[in-house]
Amino acid sequence: MAGPMKMRATLTGGYTDVRVLMSHPMATEQQTKGKPHFIQNLTVKVNGKTVIEGEISQAVSRNPVFSFRLKGGTKGDKIEVSWLDNKGDTNKTETAVA
Amino acid sequence: MRAIAFSAVLALALGSAHAQQSQFADYQKKTAEASPVELFELVGEDLWKKKQGPKSASLEQCDLGKGPGVLKGAYAALPRYFKDVDQVMDTESRILHCMMTLQGRSREEALKRPFGNANQPSEMEYLSAYVAGQSRGFKLNPGTRHPKEKTSYELGKKLFTVRTGLWDFSCTSCHGTEGKRIRMSELPVLSDPKAARPLMATWPAYRVSNSTFKTMQWRINNCYRQMRTPEPVFGSETVNAMNMYLTVTAKGAVYRGPGTKR
Repeated sequence: MAGPMKMRATLTGGYTDVRVLMSHPMATEQQTKGKPHFIQNLTVKVNGKTVIEGEISQAVSRNPVFSFRLKGGTKGDKIEVSWLDNKGDTNKTETAVA
Repeated sequence: MRAIAFSAVLALALGSAHAQQSQFADYQKKTAEASPVELFELVGEDLWKKKQGPKSASLEQCDLGKGPGVLKGAYAALPRYFKDVDQVMDTESRILHCMMTLQGRSREEALKRPFGNANQPSEMEYLSAYVAGQSRGFKLNPGTRHPKEKTSYELGKKLFTVRTGLWDFSCTSCHGTEGKRIRMSELPVLSDPKAARPLMATWPAYRVSNSTFKTMQWRINNCYRQMRTPEPVFGSETVNAMNMYLTVTAKGAVYRGPGTKR
């Protein structure tokens, strides 16, 4: 079961700063003796349009925090961040730019 | 000539002391920026509202001192005296009390696992994060008027200097002189309000090095464990008194937690 996510998106001086928290064990190969469990793909969408597609690895800490700076944006824009891990689990969160 | 050499050495010493100070501050700032502590508050909120126990009740009507169900600023006003139990309680003791009275759970069941680990944080840790988070921006203002609150403070103050255990340690063995540290953690002189304020304003806290959320009851228990004494009972008079002493010393600090530690 995927734990909660939390996101903030704020407009400052022509840029949208997005900060997103996600709950995930991010267990490495070594820690789990060959059964790693980590987020593989990260997708950021603005008003339904994909703007970032990230591939991340085991080398990211438990309960990771990501920040992005997007050019432009207006208040009320819908930002959606979703992840997919190596076991097929997924979770997403959505927020409006403030 | 000698005077010049001396002042140069002094300047060097001051310079390195300053650099070390800012290293700690820098590290703390960076960890706080990437802290997942809010996630613990979110899970805590769900648990607070979840119906549990033989009475199938949530903790929403729990009275943390500001009236049933009032969470805003409640953490900052604890520990305090509670008339219904005729004793001083801190946040976790009071949450435990609510689990037993509102939800009808036994003390044993509610305390089966007070402290969790990275893979499975405990219910108390989540709840503590949620309750503490509702006091952000409030000034620490523990109870100091009732005679039992005064007794609790005096007991905590005394316990702070009592030497005990296999190593004959007291709290002051580590927290009694300036400039001590364990790895990346400075050991503040907790009897000094200047040191106690920033500290008490950021507990409970997420600990980066082992990805766990730590409560104040855990902090005090673990200090006693490191002093090689038997661990105090959860929510006991001793722990509440310690917490009372530290919070009263830090009185007036604006609560900024739940915080993030190394």
